[in-house]
Amino acid sequence: MSEAAVMHQTVEPAESPLTPESWGKLGMWLFLAGDAMSFGGLIVGYGLLRYASPTWPVPSQALGINLTAFMTFLLICSSVTMVLALSAVTKGNRAGLKKFLGLTILGGAAFLGLQAYEWTHLITARLPEIGVSFSTHLFATTFFVLTGFHGMHVTGGVIYNSCVLAACLRGRYGAKHVEIAGLYWHFVDLVWILIFTFVYLL
Amino acid sequence: MATAHKEPNYIGVFWWLLALTIIEIAVIYMPVARLIIVILLVGMALTKAALVALYFMHLRFERVTLGVIAITPLVLCLFLILMLSPDIRP
Repeated sequence: MSEAAVMHQTVEPAESPLTPESWGKLGMWLFLAGDAMSFGGLIVGYGLLRYASPTWPVPSQALGINLTAFMTFLLICSSVTMVLALSAVTKGNRAGLKKFLGLTILGGAAFLGLQAYEWTHLITARLPEIGVSFSTHLFATTFFVLTGFHGMHVTGGVIYNSCVLAACLRGRYGAKHVEIAGLYWHFVDLVWILIFTFVYLL
Repeated sequence: MATAHKEPNYIGVFWWLLALTIIEIAVIYMPVARLIIVILLVGMALTKAALVALYFMHLRFERVTLGVIAITPLVLCLFLILMLSPDIRP
């Protein structure tokens, strides 16, 4: 056992109602709370700017929601495969873990591909038609900042999940690591649910 | 342990999320007052977010510490809205 591991055992605090079940999980939750405040700040900023703007295009018409609705569906599905991956690895089912975590990664990658397509379509065709661009209207600015910030999170999640899958296949990671990666992935899904409603539907 | 609680019905949660998403899209075409649409959409979005947090992120089965951590950013965002609102005039 390494020196750090011995140290860790000796400083493990006594059980109390405030002691988390897993320190890794507590760390991820603290990170997500901070991250939620970043998204919260952006969403609140978007809301207030929109409320204060004299003109604002109808988002569902300017952006189109068919593709985005499908992207939402994709992300919800990838959240489901993530919990199924956790369920599989908890039961020691390695084939199931490989299948479901692989599908989760694939879902995330497909989401990114569709978002790249959507952005290209918006920038080159749709937004110029209504005379709006990133630098000329807050509608486009807030849209690209919010969806871009979220897209970066999805990119990070795809890389994170791929690393976790690789480490699981080599036997280095187990159920608790998949659970922590899952927390991040579900958070990204949760934020998209809010963005889809506030930016596309409202 | 992560496995201590009974596994929630993940597929059931999935159907709820899917149904709420479809209803949300239908709602924006409803010929009712804008305020009602806004209330419905925000309510459904928060319900979906809560479903993901409670069941997929297992918040419902965790100790209270993690719940407190999860609620904190919401409270701060509410505070942010309150503090910024005097500056906003439509």
